[in-house]
Amino acid sequence: MPVIEVRNLRKQYADQVAVADVSLSVDEGEIFGLVGPNGAGKTTTVECIEGLRTADSGTVRVLGLDPRRDRAAVRQKLGIQLQESQLPDRIKVWEVLDLYSSFYPHPADWRALMDELGLGPKRNTVFAKLSGGQKQRLSIALALVGNPSVAILDELTTGLDPQARRDTWELIRHVRDRGVTVLLVTHFMDEAERLCDRLAVVAAGRVVAVDTPRNLIAGAQVPGVERPTLEDAILSLTSARSI
Amino acid sequence: MTALAKIIRVEAKLFLRDPVGMFFAIAFPALLILVLGLAMPGIREPADELDGRLPLEVYLPITMTLAIATVTMMTLVGVVGSYRERGILRRLSTTPVSPTALLVAQVAVNVAALLVACGLAWLVAATVFDVPPPGNAVGFVLAFTLGASAMCALALLVAAVTPSARASMGVGQLIYFPMMFFAGVWTPGPQMPDLVRKIADFTPLGAASLAVQDAWAGSWPTLLHLAVMVAFTVVLGGLAARYFRWE
Ligand SMILES: Nc1ncnc2c1ncn2[C@@H]1O[C@H](COP(=O)(O)OP(=O)(O)O)[C@@H](O)[C@H]1O
Ligand SMILES: [Mg+2]
Repeated sequence: MPVIEVRNLRKQYADQVAVADVSLSVDEGEIFGLVGPNGAGKTTTVECIEGLRTADSGTVRVLGLDPRRDRAAVRQKLGIQLQESQLPDRIKVWEVLDLYSSFYPHPADWRALMDELGLGPKRNTVFAKLSGGQKQRLSIALALVGNPSVAILDELTTGLDPQARRDTWELIRHVRDRGVTVLLVTHFMDEAERLCDRLAVVAAGRVVAVDTPRNLIAGAQVPGVERPTLEDAILSLTSARSI
Repeated sequence: MTALAKIIRVEAKLFLRDPVGMFFAIAFPALLILVLGLAMPGIREPADELDGRLPLEVYLPITMTLAIATVTMMTLVGVVGSYRERGILRRLSTTPVSPTALLVAQVAVNVAALLVACGLAWLVAATVFDVPPPGNAVGFVLAFTLGASAMCALALLVAAVTPSARASMGVGQLIYFPMMFFAGVWTPGPQMPDLVRKIADFTPLGAASLAVQDAWAGSWPTLLHLAVMVAFTVVLGGLAARYFRWE
């Protein structure tokens, strides 16, 4: 049974169709990437999977559960990093980790997580005084602090410097090795290529391809380019669809 | 329950880390009493129109209702509006804990701050100006608690239906000033004109103020005022719960 299963998802805001028709399935223990241009509907898709938004039609299952109807059960097993969210200005790093870990029945050791994400030296720093990258790492830590079986991470490494990005990838691999299934949204090609086992390429609210990064590159036909990169491959898949 | 207790503890810490907000919430009523007592002529002389009581003794419960209005319409409305606008409530809704817990924690912290503030104001009035304690302590606690609940419910409703933190603050202030009028800030005790009093009877802060004044003077709050405060708490609180938008 797939860990995440989405069938014919559709979501419209007023007159803007954000997700036209998305189906995908994520298997246990894999790192599954959602890639595509800005506005393709990636965030809307994962927010429907997370139960933060109600789809207009289609079905979503996480660990076999409906994230809206079985909200409580799904929340305990799902770690979420939102694309955008803040914390109170005056809350300290250790306080928010300690607080969020108390929300879960079997939390991870937040002190270890804090160190793994390089936030140890900042444990007593308040949120408003953190740099963009530090806020991002804290947000990743909060997604993992509940010891989830599934983690959904939207724009995982946006705002991080190159070293922090590599450290974060390493962390995500460790998390996966512990058996966690990871769905991540990204628009970085190097991240998609190095971190993800499989990718769904999304354009204009539809999935245009699902495959491993290697196969996507191998199957790419880009006129005038001899050895296409993943970026070439994905651009050629999505450009026909974008306006 | 442990999660809620922890949220309350963290919110209390955050409250204590905001010096300006803390000053207004906690020190302001005591300072107001101090300034009134020292600067206003005649406020410490027994007044005939008050049956020989000190005007300051009438102002003290009014100051306390003023504190209720400030903490609910300014602090509570502001914090809840900004928590929503900044996605903090939404972030919480991704965890097993309902964002309602954060609202409950905010109400708890602000009501606790109110109690401390009013305790301080009374301490100042008693030690510096010899104002006697409330004539009906049980009635006072009842009236104060119900008044605070009704105003918390109103604050949550304002935060629930306004689209942004700015709008929440604006509406909060729009309600704040006329409410102070009905609370008798400018026309304390028996000086309130009859018509104003008739309207005040049916506003949450007016009912709270009159009930608290009655209890301070030694009688029981009237059934009307208690009923008005309970009704506002239930109705406004219910509407807030129903229409609250988390994002
Ligand atoms: N809350 C919203 N209200 C209205 N339109 C939205 C909202 N969120 C996203 N959209 C629109 O839906 C489309 C898809 O957005 P999104 O899912 O955020 O894409 P992505 O994450 O791939 O960049 C965009 O055109 C965006 O402008
Ligand atoms: Mg997005």
